[in-house]
Amino acid sequence: MSFGLPHFLTVGAMLFCLGVLAVMTRRNAVGLLMGVELILNAANVNFVAFARYVEHGINGHVIAAFVIVLAAAEAAVALAIVLAMFRNFGTVHVDTVNHLKR
Amino acid sequence: MSDTAILITALIILGLPILSYTICFFFGSKLPRRGDWLAVALLFIAEFLALRIFFHFWQLGDPAYRVEGKFTWLDLGSFQIQAGILVDGMTAVMLMVVCTISSLVHLYSVGYMHGDRRYERYFAFLGFFTFSMLMIVLANNLFFLYIGWELVGLASYLLIGFWFHRPAAASAGKKAFLTNRVGDWGFWIGILIFFTVCGTLNYFELFARVNTGVIGGTLLTWAGIALFGGCVGKSAQIPLHIWLPDAMEGPTPVSALIHAATMVAAGVYMIARLFPLFSPDALLVIAYCGAVTAFLTATIAVVKTDIKRSLAYSTLSQLGYMVLAVGVGSAVGGMFHLTTHAFFKALLFLGAGSVIHAVHSQEMPEMGGLWRKMPITFLTMLIATLAISGVPFFAGFYSKDAILASALAFGMEHPSHYLPFILGIAAAGITAFYMFRLIFLTFTGKPRVQEKYDHAHESPWVMTLPLAILAVLSIIGAGWKGPTDGWFARLSAPYDMTAITAEFGHSAALEIGDQAGTAHEVAVVSHGESAEAHGEAEAAASHGESAEAHGEAEVAASHGEPAEAHGEAEVAASHGEPAEAHGEAEVAAHDEPVSAHGESAVTHGGHDAHHDIHHIAHERAMVMSIIIAGLGIFFSCLTYWWRKIKAEKVQAALPGVHLVLQKMYFFDEIYAATIYRGLLAWNAFVNGFDKIVIDGIVNGFGYLYRFVSWLIGLFDNWVIDGMVNGIAAVLQGAGEVFRRVQTGRLQTYLVYVCFSILILVFIYRAL
Repeated sequence: MSFGLPHFLTVGAMLFCLGVLAVMTRRNAVGLLMGVELILNAANVNFVAFARYVEHGINGHVIAAFVIVLAAAEAAVALAIVLAMFRNFGTVHVDTVNHLKR
Repeated sequence: MSDTAILITALIILGLPILSYTICFFFGSKLPRRGDWLAVALLFIAEFLALRIFFHFWQLGDPAYRVEGKFTWLDLGSFQIQAGILVDGMTAVMLMVVCTISSLVHLYSVGYMHGDRRYERYFAFLGFFTFSMLMIVLANNLFFLYIGWELVGLASYLLIGFWFHRPAAASAGKKAFLTNRVGDWGFWIGILIFFTVCGTLNYFELFARVNTGVIGGTLLTWAGIALFGGCVGKSAQIPLHIWLPDAMEGPTPVSALIHAATMVAAGVYMIARLFPLFSPDALLVIAYCGAVTAFLTATIAVVKTDIKRSLAYSTLSQLGYMVLAVGVGSAVGGMFHLTTHAFFKALLFLGAGSVIHAVHSQEMPEMGGLWRKMPITFLTMLIATLAISGVPFFAGFYSKDAILASALAFGMEHPSHYLPFILGIAAAGITAFYMFRLIFLTFTGKPRVQEKYDHAHESPWVMTLPLAILAVLSIIGAGWKGPTDGWFARLSAPYDMTAITAEFGHSAALEIGDQAGTAHEVAVVSHGESAEAHGEAEAAASHGESAEAHGEAEVAASHGEPAEAHGEAEVAASHGEPAEAHGEAEVAAHDEPVSAHGESAVTHGGHDAHHDIHHIAHERAMVMSIIIAGLGIFFSCLTYWWRKIKAEKVQAALPGVHLVLQKMYFFDEIYAATIYRGLLAWNAFVNGFDKIVIDGIVNGFGYLYRFVSWLIGLFDNWVIDGMVNGIAAVLQGAGEVFRRVQTGRLQTYLVYVCFSILILVFIYRAL
């Protein structure tokens, strides 16, 4: 049995759905960030797959590399925010941090 | 004197009294002797200048000579009002009369008003009065005449009501002012008619327009009667004479000034000056008005016991004469009587003032025998009485005789109009009677109130000197000749309408050309200075500015019949030509009763029959007036000197007549019962109308608006506010709903996003 583009896309879609589910359901800010990482990586899988099967260039690889760098930067900033949140409110649950709403 | 010198002198004469007024009014109380010397001095300077002008004109001896100074008084582009002053023989006479009487009255007042609380104010008002009258005399147009006219009215109000702390004087001033308003109303209407139709207010331009037919027919008659209304008010003719007797409440010198030189003279001067503006029918009205006034008021004077009121009615009667004279076509006669009357009536009033000053009473029954105490006053008043009675060789005789002659000639020419003469001659007899009655009651017999007699004394020289001067003038004033052959003829003559039309007619021709709308250009050419441009010899002659052009046969021939006057070029040019216009006037005059007698007819020869009638009338009138004056004096002597007739018995025998006369023909009562009551009823009606209808409408609208406002208020509260509040409530409710959607939680939004994408995908698939 050979692997084709649909298999990769299926993996990407599954990863994306898992990421979205994680973002929607997790109360913990760190878990939420992990969901975001899943979504980004799902996109990466798609990029690389399309680069391999459709375009035959390195554009997809470059964008994937770029997304990885961006995810790292985002994780750094987001974790800093989570740390600040924990310091201020003593919790990392996003639903309890609702001061602007009141 | 050059023309300019005459004009400047006239302006100085006009300026001096107003200067006197200004100084006395504002600084009089600070000056030594409260400024009386200043007022008297200024007026005597004016008198001196007036005499200069008077003698200048007298030496010239040309009544048609005149000096006119014009300037543009109002300039509204295409519309201009010219104003200015006019000095001619008639003006010179009036200047002399006004200044003489006024300066003598000023001098006299120094004695009469001595010690009055408002002494300086009195002299100020006298100056103002004189100024106003001089303005009337010097005006060359109806507008300035009207200004002076109204100023005279104001001045008379101030002086008649001078002792305003006495209610009678205050109300007399008001009465004079308001009665004059009635007449002035007519006067103003007349002026407006002339201005509207003729487009000018200048005397001579108006005359030319009347002569060339710019205004004529019924309109001219009514305009003339309206103008005469002003004379009726100012010169106190029936029915507006009621103010004059009451005006006796003023100081006596003021009465002399009003009755002799100013105010009442203004009316007669006006109708004499504007004589050509009166159509034959208007003149007939004037003649009858004057005759009735002359007679009725003379009869009233017979029963009056107040010395001043008796003289007041005498003035009314004499004014009636003057108006009668103008009415029967002898404007010169009227002016002549105005002049002589000014002398002896001023003298009578000043004499009466002297008597009043001496006995402190105006009632003749409280006097008597005063001639011993006041010989100068007695003598001078006797002279004035002889003059006013028409005794030969006194001034009044010649002027009154001229008027009666004119009236008789008028009656002889128009046999249906004998009444003015009859009334006039009757009034002459009555005049002689009551004037001698006044003299006898005041100066002769035994003193009736001994205490007043003892207190009486001759007046100081400032009062007797004017009396003496006026007495001399009352004797020599007429120059022992009538108005047409004495000194007066050198100064005043009927207007030469031919010359006036020639001089001022071309502008009228221009206007006719405009009205006809045809020969406009030609009229302009004829108006232009180059007659040759017209290219015709006749035209050159027709517009020759010199007088010799008139009367040439070819000129008369060149101007066709009036029917051609419209459209034809040469004839349009001839509009300015007097001969033709005059021809029209003469044709028109033939069947008109008065104008055949009028001045235009007099000035042009060829009326031998006319002159014959005048000659006969003159002789007859002279004889009759001497006889009737003699009769009047005789009966007066019989009653009050020889006591053959007892006045009380006559009075008792004719109670009705006496009552009617004593009550002055019930004029005041009739006015009170009709006009006053009518006015009051009308006012009450108007008041009620105002209260019920006008106020009702206003209040009704008020209520209506209040109701509408209430409705609008409801609408506002419920509908407008409801909409605003409703929108707010809806938005608030919507907000309550939507705020639940906006949780602020990221996960919720993500859920919305995912579901939205799913829905979009399904929609996409479905399509």
